[in-house]
Amino acid sequence: MELLATRGLTAFYGDFQALFGVDISLDEGETVAIIGANGAGKTTLLRSISGVIRNAPDSVTFADAPVGHLDADRVMALGVVMVPEGRRLFPSLSVEENLQIGSYGRNIGGYWTLATVYELFPVLKERRKSPGTALSGGQQQMVAIGRALMSNPRVLLCDEISLGLAPVVIRDIYAALPKIRESGASVVIVEQDINQALKVSDRVYCMLEGRVTLSGKPSEVSRDRIHTAYFGETAA
Amino acid sequence: MIWLDTVIQGVLLGGLYALFAAGLSLVFGIMRLVNLAHGDLIVFGAYIILILVSLLGLNAFIAAAIATPLMFALGWLLQRFVLNRTLGEDILPPLLVTFGLSIALQNALLEGFSADSQRIGGGTLETESLAVGPINVGVMPLLCFVSAVLVIVALNQLFYRTSLGRAFRATSDDPVTASLMGVRPAQIFSVATGIAMVVVTVAALYLGMRANFDPTIGPARLIYAFEAVIIGGLGSLWGTLLGGIIIGVAQTVGAAVNPEWQILSGHVAFLVVLLVRPRGLLPRAVD
Repeated sequence: MELLATRGLTAFYGDFQALFGVDISLDEGETVAIIGANGAGKTTLLRSISGVIRNAPDSVTFADAPVGHLDADRVMALGVVMVPEGRRLFPSLSVEENLQIGSYGRNIGGYWTLATVYELFPVLKERRKSPGTALSGGQQQMVAIGRALMSNPRVLLCDEISLGLAPVVIRDIYAALPKIRESGASVVIVEQDINQALKVSDRVYCMLEGRVTLSGKPSEVSRDRIHTAYFGETAA
Repeated sequence: MIWLDTVIQGVLLGGLYALFAAGLSLVFGIMRLVNLAHGDLIVFGAYIILILVSLLGLNAFIAAAIATPLMFALGWLLQRFVLNRTLGEDILPPLLVTFGLSIALQNALLEGFSADSQRIGGGTLETESLAVGPINVGVMPLLCFVSAVLVIVALNQLFYRTSLGRAFRATSDDPVTASLMGVRPAQIFSVATGIAMVVVTVAALYLGMRANFDPTIGPARLIYAFEAVIIGGLGSLWGTLLGGIIIGVAQTVGAAVNPEWQILSGHVAFLVVLLVRPRGLLPRAVD
């Protein structure tokens, strides 16, 4: 069943158009990856879905209801929750407080609580009194993911969660994904690392210059087609 | 002993300045808004309490308790319908709007209450004193100081122990990311200004009971408040209390040397602290 979709989604920064009619969809229980080079519009797409950028009502639908026009806090309250690029922890809040504020606008109970987030990322429990920004990059990313999980999201939007992290740390972060899916969340992952994206997703979209250039199951899309979709015809 | 007495009086006066400043510090800390009408809002609060005391014959403290929810509502509405519209990248609009509000308030108070100086009657409290060792401490200044400490303890509890406090700090750090947590920054700002006005009501009570006031004294209170916030370190409420005390002590010591120096010595102390510690005495680690 389709849970989240965009239809003909466009987005502008002033005069600059960042998205040109993007159609993507996410089914209940699915994990979808969105890949593309820098500037392809991946982050803009997530910001449009999460309400940081507002759009025409029908351009984003969640559970068959139009949500494109809603503010970020309203979208979040419905259960579409984002792990923003660059982690964006609150420097004035401790690790534990960063996690607690995750359920500020959506405190519905469910699998994810402080206890289960600490179970998922045990290192955070040891550092719970530290300021969020005193942690290593990987640990900060765990806080950012845990913070989003605290609201028991129906859709988790992950923006470049491996950016700037060492491969071994990225592996630890992605090791949490099965548990997150098991808890009932559908997941959208924005990734620059194509291999990582293909490994964890049920379906993949490739974006180039504000458009979707390729979509399909990881097993069905060939390397050549991804290469073309990722870099454009001229690079092939 | 006269010096000890002077310093104690200064510390207690600092409590009053900290009360003036706490609301300003709160609002600035959360939304980087400098409310130039803060002093006039304190004077406005004092008139509200005065009306309740003189028309209904209430005790001043009960009058202040009644004024508190009214002032909260006023702050909430002011932020919701006026100040939220001025917040943005440009820091000038909030300054201009609150400056205009300051002038409008002063003139409205002048129309409504004339330029006569007024005082909120505190009954026998005004003249009672306690003997503390070799010196006598006025009950009213002592109450004022204790209230200032209690207000700051309460605000700190709110900030560091409650979900609303977390939302305050998160919004102050990064409003966009806070909205991804379901926090509505505009709503948070309205509640914050409402709470600041509750503190303003407490400040107004003691302003009106400790000294005379008239519609034009707001800006001078704003300056003391501002100095207390700056030398205490932006964003730190305990720093604001410390800043208030420094200005209070500087004023009473200056006045003890020469009564003409009272106001000046407070401002000089402010400049000296800024020279030595440009970021204030207890600046927040992050900023």
